[in-house]
Amino acid sequence: MYTQSFNVPDSPGGKPVPLAPSLEDPVLQAAFDARIDADGRIEPQDWMPEAYRKTLIRQISQHAHSEIVGMLPEGNWISRAPSLKRKAILIAKVQDEGGHGLYLYSAAETLGTSRDQMLEGLHSGRAKYSSIFNYPTLTWADVGVIGWLVDGAAIMNQIPLCRCSYGPYARAMVRVCKEESFHQRQGYEALLEMMTGTEEQKAMVQDAVNRWWWKCLAMFGPPDADSPNSAQGMRWGIKRVSNDELRQKFVDATVPQAKVLGVTLPDRDLKWNEERQHHDYGAIDWDEFWATVNGNGPCNKERLATRVKAHNEGQWVRDAALAHARKQQERKMKEAA
Amino acid sequence: MRAAIDYLLHLADNALVLGQRNAEWCGHGPILEEDIALSNVSLDLIGQARLLYQLVARLKGGNTSEDKLAYFRDAHQFRNYTLLELPHHGPLSGYAHSSMDYGTTIVRNFLYSALMALLWEALEKSADAELAAIAAKSLKEVRYHLRHSRDWLVRLGDGTDESHARAQAAVDHLFPYTAEFWADSPAEEAAIKAGVGVDLQTLKADWNAIVDAAFAEATLQRPTVAGYVPEGKLGRHSEHLGFLLAEMQSLARAHPNGNW
Repeated sequence: MYTQSFNVPDSPGGKPVPLAPSLEDPVLQAAFDARIDADGRIEPQDWMPEAYRKTLIRQISQHAHSEIVGMLPEGNWISRAPSLKRKAILIAKVQDEGGHGLYLYSAAETLGTSRDQMLEGLHSGRAKYSSIFNYPTLTWADVGVIGWLVDGAAIMNQIPLCRCSYGPYARAMVRVCKEESFHQRQGYEALLEMMTGTEEQKAMVQDAVNRWWWKCLAMFGPPDADSPNSAQGMRWGIKRVSNDELRQKFVDATVPQAKVLGVTLPDRDLKWNEERQHHDYGAIDWDEFWATVNGNGPCNKERLATRVKAHNEGQWVRDAALAHARKQQERKMKEAA
Repeated sequence: MRAAIDYLLHLADNALVLGQRNAEWCGHGPILEEDIALSNVSLDLIGQARLLYQLVARLKGGNTSEDKLAYFRDAHQFRNYTLLELPHHGPLSGYAHSSMDYGTTIVRNFLYSALMALLWEALEKSADAELAAIAAKSLKEVRYHLRHSRDWLVRLGDGTDESHARAQAAVDHLFPYTAEFWADSPAEEAAIKAGVGVDLQTLKADWNAIVDAAFAEATLQRPTVAGYVPEGKLGRHSEHLGFLLAEMQSLARAHPNGNW
């Protein structure tokens, strides 16, 4: 579904720190820089600076983990979906997120890491994933609002990644973005339908919007002034548009959609600024955001423990598949001998 | 007409209840690829259930709808095989809890898909053209489900000592529930007479052959079955269906006039 629009260090520490300057072969480095300057693509077999490789592994694996952890908040409503049509749509959507995780793990593997290594990072708590999934889904309306707002914010972030300098990531993002945009429309359509229903349903939608709005604004990452890695990411063609620009674009796009839907956005400072030709909006609670990024949100422990449980309890199944494959191989070799 | 409705509901309830069960793995699979595969199987089953319920709703007329049939009938009105409503673990009382066991999931999907691969093929010739069309679509899907579950049955049975023991335990637990496949029911008899349904006795030898070949490859023992014959298709279920439906139907019933 989504990765934070900045690269959170995978240490338990927290806030981003500037990357060390590169000490690479100057000739190779010059060729790499020239390719980036010409807006060319870097492919797995190409030389690349170590810091570029590491940054990408971290960003793509965080993105993959986000897709997988992101299956849980919405998966929470599959068994209780209120109609068979909505149940089928939700299963298909959560399954798409699993598919995104699969391509992204594969894209990261082209940089010389393995899925096992990446999963180990997630399960040990070292690797980060998008913080938005550390909030609970309390009602069915959350499913629609996640589609509309969370996927909507994700698309804003991810469309520029289709032009990312690293080829496998950029190509994976083309497909991911198509599916996300479908999810966003499905989410919005589900909410439109609920708003034609009972008063309880309308209240459910408004309550979900109230709970998710500020979390979605924070998803774009800290203000540009506090994003030390953004400049390097821009230089490398990994990041194309700044956090604040993306956030502004999201607010401007969402305000009229909220009006059509018939809900209010929970921000008294939200208003059109004629001079800027943009909406102004209130202050984001960054302390709450960083507390959640650093493991102290409402669902961090539950999400991680659920992933670890699935992995540990699936060990015997994976072992069986390997053991059977080995037996088959041995039988073939015996027959050939 | 009544006979066709009860028969269609039996087929629809089978698909919905197993679809609901398999979807429980979404986000919790033993490996990402299996998470995706099980969700796909579940989507196919829910799709089959929807087509069948829509057909029933057209036959019944009035304000019946697929969702009324799925969400506003009680356990005793469901006509699915008991096998399909059991939780993904060994035998436990209705309100007991346990982690999900992939062996149980795979064995059940295999036993049911082996039956449905035969039944949907036979139902392509049903006198009811709409049911025949649903059967043709479902047959394509169930052939994948059978291949998927059979491949895993062999991997688990002929994998490690632990996986073999788990697969055998799942077979011992679930196999007796297949006795219900071959028991008579008024809905099936009436549907067979009308040319709408298929006599499962005519499929039994083929089902046995599919099962025995897979068990042999998986080095699993087929248990002998005696005694209790489940009666889910008559509306008499295990303790587990009530919990499954309570969860599935809760939101729809809390807002009976809602628009979704």
